[in-house]
Amino acid sequence: MSPPTDQATTQGRAATDRSAGPVVIEARGIDKTFQLPINKVNSLKEQITTFHRGEYKRLEALRDVSFDIHRGEFFGIVGRNGSGKSTLLKVLASIYAADAGRVRMAGRLAPFIELGVGFNQELTARENVELNGVMMGLERREARSRLGAVLEFAELEEFVDMKLKNYSSGMLVRLAFSVMIQSDAEILLIDEVLAVGDASFQQKCADVFHEIRDSDRTVILVTHDMGAVEHYCHRAMLLHDGSVRAVGEPGDIARKYLRLNFQQAPGRSDPLDPESEIADVIINDVWIESGGQRVTSLERGEDLRLCAKLEAKRDVEGPQVGFVFTNIDGVDVAGFGIPENLPERLRAGDRLRISAAIGNRFLPGRYVVKCWVHRNLNLADLVLYSPHVLDFVVFGRDGAGVVFLDQDVEVEIDRGSA
Amino acid sequence: MSDGAPPLVLEEVRGPSAVGGGRRRFFDLLLLVSVTEFKKSFYGTALGYVWSLVRPLLTFAVLLVVFTKIIRLGSEVEFYPVLLLFNVVVFGFFQEATGAAVNSVLAQEGIVRKTQFPRLVIPMASVLVAFFTLTLNLIVVVIFLLAYGVPAMWTWLLFPVILALMIVLTSGISLMLSALNVRFRDVAIIWSVISMVLLYGTPVIYPFEIVPPGLIHDVLAINPLTLIFAQAHVWIIDPNAEGALAVAGGWWQMLPAAAIFVTTCVGGAWVFRREAPRIAELL
Repeated sequence: MSPPTDQATTQGRAATDRSAGPVVIEARGIDKTFQLPINKVNSLKEQITTFHRGEYKRLEALRDVSFDIHRGEFFGIVGRNGSGKSTLLKVLASIYAADAGRVRMAGRLAPFIELGVGFNQELTARENVELNGVMMGLERREARSRLGAVLEFAELEEFVDMKLKNYSSGMLVRLAFSVMIQSDAEILLIDEVLAVGDASFQQKCADVFHEIRDSDRTVILVTHDMGAVEHYCHRAMLLHDGSVRAVGEPGDIARKYLRLNFQQAPGRSDPLDPESEIADVIINDVWIESGGQRVTSLERGEDLRLCAKLEAKRDVEGPQVGFVFTNIDGVDVAGFGIPENLPERLRAGDRLRISAAIGNRFLPGRYVVKCWVHRNLNLADLVLYSPHVLDFVVFGRDGAGVVFLDQDVEVEIDRGSA
Repeated sequence: MSDGAPPLVLEEVRGPSAVGGGRRRFFDLLLLVSVTEFKKSFYGTALGYVWSLVRPLLTFAVLLVVFTKIIRLGSEVEFYPVLLLFNVVVFGFFQEATGAAVNSVLAQEGIVRKTQFPRLVIPMASVLVAFFTLTLNLIVVVIFLLAYGVPAMWTWLLFPVILALMIVLTSGISLMLSALNVRFRDVAIIWSVISMVLLYGTPVIYPFEIVPPGLIHDVLAINPLTLIFAQAHVWIIDPNAEGALAVAGGWWQMLPAAAIFVTTCVGGAWVFRREAPRIAELL
């Protein structure tokens, strides 16, 4: 699976490779301001009676936003709610007009602001796929020829002539996702939607995104999911209050985003510098062991040990380290913190070696390990967050639920004589 | 993907507009959306397309009874029933198209706000859908025309001129209404009233000849629709009826109507073009 433990290095390398490619999207000084009426004026009378009162609030959604995206890059755009991500996406997609600045683009762009936009419930899948294709800029013939691939990916071949209103919601999202993924535009603009459907379909989605990541197609992904950013993106950009705060390596951007988020959280002691280039603590190595060996997969119930080597780059007061195991459905299955054995203070240059024996109750499946480091014994005071330090696979006999329990079952049978 | 490294040319992204993404895409979308809408309006109905014929025929039948049996208006007009049917069908096109267009952008909110979409497609689809209905209805008109024994005339060949004028005027008004209704939701209500006024302000159910000279006559004569319908009367049904020239009272007197016609069409296109980039934000 993914043995590399120093993700920063591998992803950094990928990023440099792709950044050398030609620029396919060039944004320069984009401004976008909305005039929000304090009371929305929707009628002529209101317009006339409230005419020169200036009852508008200016909302500067984007301020002087500039960036380049290169061919083949998987480019993440992150930011808190209201940071201007969606506005930027809509400007790139020609849904909004920018007030100033310009965007230049090479190739056709297909925006997916929402899954299944323009799907018509009264039409069949066949008709909808064609309509959607034309909407995304294909010619009718091309749109029709895409039908097979779309339905195959969505696993809906038998339902091609069924009206969408008779589809289940699961079938509908699968079709919508498939339309997106099978779009042959050179540039894909995706808002949040990375995986839909049941576990096996989600796995399929993840595989496709990995494929796209390694292909020449360019993807712009807007998301809150830092795991996805680190997992898929070659580079990422952090937007805050409508301006670009940072562009760079995804892990770094994810950390800045989380710091920015927690900065405003109550209980912060001192202002963290979100621009900081150096993480206070870095992970040098992390792996799992079973039977005393480094492994990437293990059998259900086999002994499991999580090991990590951390290094403090700065002094950290009251450090706390935590790990969380997440399954393929994105559910946090279990986690643990290690406060007790840690020193009260980590000095710059200190190295920690952590080795945790874990009762392996994981059911077969793929698990991702997240790692957190806090300071000042405060959960909101984050110095490191890495949503994907490691993944591993558990194989063996399947079971119900997300974990198995050790159970000691006694059955008594009391059968009255007939 | 990389088939011999195609040259990458950065092109300016111009943002949303009335006709974005090329002519080909515009017409593809227009046709597809219109056909879809047309089919959709009859989904789940037992008689399907037949309804698009039944509706105007029913209106026609009611008007015919009222204006020949109750108000004996049609008796002195030659081929009054055919004229009435023709007018109802053509005016029906105008009413259906503009009535649908006024709410079209609001109705397609999801598409407008979430996809790259040449905005012009939306109101124009309303016009095209109404045009499909008109085409079906005209078949019935032709049947009536022949059944009532209206003599065939070479001027029937000029019908496309009437049609073209109607389509241009209807499109201009549709564009203006659909764009303005995004800003002011009153427009839809105002239009439903104006539309009704126009039904009586245009010689649809009455021939223009019976309007007595005076203020009302002069006001009706500057309505471009009046001239179009009057001319259609001459060309299609009765060569001796008053045509556009006679109604206006001379070439110069046709100028106001022509000016209104041009202003409405150019103005509609201008308003729509100006509003198109901002429609998504205003919704």
